[in-house]
Amino acid sequence: MWVRSTVAYRASFLMAVAVNFAVTGLDFAAIMIMFTHVDALGGFTVAEVAFLYGTTGMALGLADLLLGSMDKLGARLRDGTLDTLLVRPVPVFFQVAADRFALRRLGRVSQSLLVLGWSLTQLETADWSVVQVALVPVMVLSGTAIFGAVFACGAAFQFWAQDASEVQNSFTYGGNTLLQYPPTVFATELVKGVTFVVPLAFVNWLPALRVLGRDDPLGLPGWVDFASPAVAALCCAVAAVAWRRGLRGYRSTGS
Amino acid sequence: MHAARLALVVAVGSFRRYATYRVATVAGVVTNTVFGFILAYTFTALWSERPRLGGYELPQALAFVWIGQALLAATALMGGGAENELQGRIRSGDVAVDLYRPADLQLWWLAADLGRAAFQLLGRGAVPLAVGALAFPLALPTTPLPWLLFLTSVALGVVVGFALRYLVVLTSFWLLDGSGVSAMSGLLGVFFSGMLLPLTLFPGAFGETVRLLPWSSMLQVPADVLLGVRQGADAARGLGFQALWALALLGAGRLVQRAAIRRVVVQGG
Repeated sequence: MWVRSTVAYRASFLMAVAVNFAVTGLDFAAIMIMFTHVDALGGFTVAEVAFLYGTTGMALGLADLLLGSMDKLGARLRDGTLDTLLVRPVPVFFQVAADRFALRRLGRVSQSLLVLGWSLTQLETADWSVVQVALVPVMVLSGTAIFGAVFACGAAFQFWAQDASEVQNSFTYGGNTLLQYPPTVFATELVKGVTFVVPLAFVNWLPALRVLGRDDPLGLPGWVDFASPAVAALCCAVAAVAWRRGLRGYRSTGS
Repeated sequence: MHAARLALVVAVGSFRRYATYRVATVAGVVTNTVFGFILAYTFTALWSERPRLGGYELPQALAFVWIGQALLAATALMGGGAENELQGRIRSGDVAVDLYRPADLQLWWLAADLGRAAFQLLGRGAVPLAVGALAFPLALPTTPLPWLLFLTSVALGVVVGFALRYLVVLTSFWLLDGSGVSAMSGLLGVFFSGMLLPLTLFPGAFGETVRLLPWSSMLQVPADVLLGVRQGADAARGLGFQALWALALLGAGRLVQRAAIRRVVVQGG
C-alpha cells in the first residue's frame, strides 16, 4: 500500500530515489575530496576506505529499508493511533515496520553497492582466499541485522521516551559515518566502545580488517573477525526482549 | 509598525513552542555531539597528514566541526524549519485559510522560523560547542567582537536558509507532494554549506563556484568570521554577501508566492 501511495506522486518519488542515491553519494564525494589532498587517511588508501564505506552503507541501507520506519512509532504513541495496530491480527512489530514503507531508500543501498563494487576492483588484496570472499556477504548480512536491532531497540525505547527518535540516529547514521573511516582514525576508547558496548565494530570493521589483511587496533584474537553473525544474533535477541517489554508496558493515551 | 509587532509575537510564540520539545532537544544535542566527535577525529587524521589544509590550523579545523554541529539545527540545513508546516497546509488545502488572514504569508513564516532558530541556537547549539571545546583544543576567540559579528552572520545565514526553504515549500503548489524537493534541498544544504568539509577544501573552479552559492552563507561565512579567517573589511564583505543573497532569495520568494497563490482554488464545503 505504501509503495503504491508513494509511486502515485511520480515526479516526487523519482526525485526522492535520486536524492536518496545522491545523499549518500555526496558523502562519498566528500571522502574523495579529502583524498585529493592526502594519499592515505589513518594509513588506509582510498580503495580501502571505499570498501569500509560500501560495506557499512549496504548494511545500514538494507536495515533502513526494512525497519527505517520504526521511528514513526513515537508519533503513533503520542496520538494514540498505535491502538489501531494492536487490534489487527498481525504482530505489531511488522505493522510498524511496514508503516510508510519507503521504497526511496533503495537509493542508499544501490549507491553503496556501486562504491563497494568499485572498491573491490581497486583493492590490492592480491590473493582473494575463499574465506575473504565469503566474508563480504556475511559481513553485509550480519551488519544489516545489527543495524536492524539498533532500529528495533530505538523503537522500543520510544515506549518510554515517547519522542526521542533522534537518539537512535546517533547509533545508526552516526555509526554509519564512523564505520566509513578506518578504526585507526579514532581514539582507542571510542573503538572499544563500539566493539564491546554497542557492537557496531562487528558490522564491518573487524571482518573488513581480515579481508584487507590488517591488524585491528585493539589486538583482539583472530576469531573475533568471524564473530559477526553470532553478535548479530545476540543483538536481535536483545532487541526482541526490549520490544516485548516495551509493548507490554504500553498504556494507551486514553483519549 | 503593526506588521513588526505581529512578527515579534509570532517569533516569540514559535520560540516557546520549540522550547516545549525538551526530550527532542536533548536527543538532538546527543546526535550533534556524537557527529561532532566522529568528524573531529577524521579532521584530526586529515590535518595531521596535511597541516594548514584549506588555510586552517588544526584547532581552527576542529572549531569548524563544532561550529557546524552547533549551527546545524539553527540554520535547518537538512530541512525541518518552521515553514515545513506550510507544506502540509498546502497539501491539505488549509493554506486557503492562511491567505484570508490580514498578515503576509512570507513574513509570518519568516518570523516563525527566526523564533525557531533562536531557540535551537541556544538549545541545540551551545551544548555541543561547549562539549567540543572541553574535549578538543578549539581556536575560539576570547574577545566579544568576533562573537558579535558571528551572531550577526548567523542571523543572516538563518534568513538565507529560510528564504531558500520557503522557495522549496512553494513548489508544493505545483507538485502537491514536496518531500522529494525538500530532500534534495537538504542534501544541497549539507554539501554546499561546508557541513561535510570546509568549502575551502573543494578543488579549483568547482570550489570557487561553491563558495559563491547561497549555502555558504549558512556555515562557511559565519565560521570564518568567528575563526578570524575573515577580519575587518573581509568580514564586512562576508556579511554583505549574505545580505545580498537574503534579499535576492526573499524577493524571489515573493514572486513565486504571487504566482503560486493564483493557482489556489478554494473548494466549497
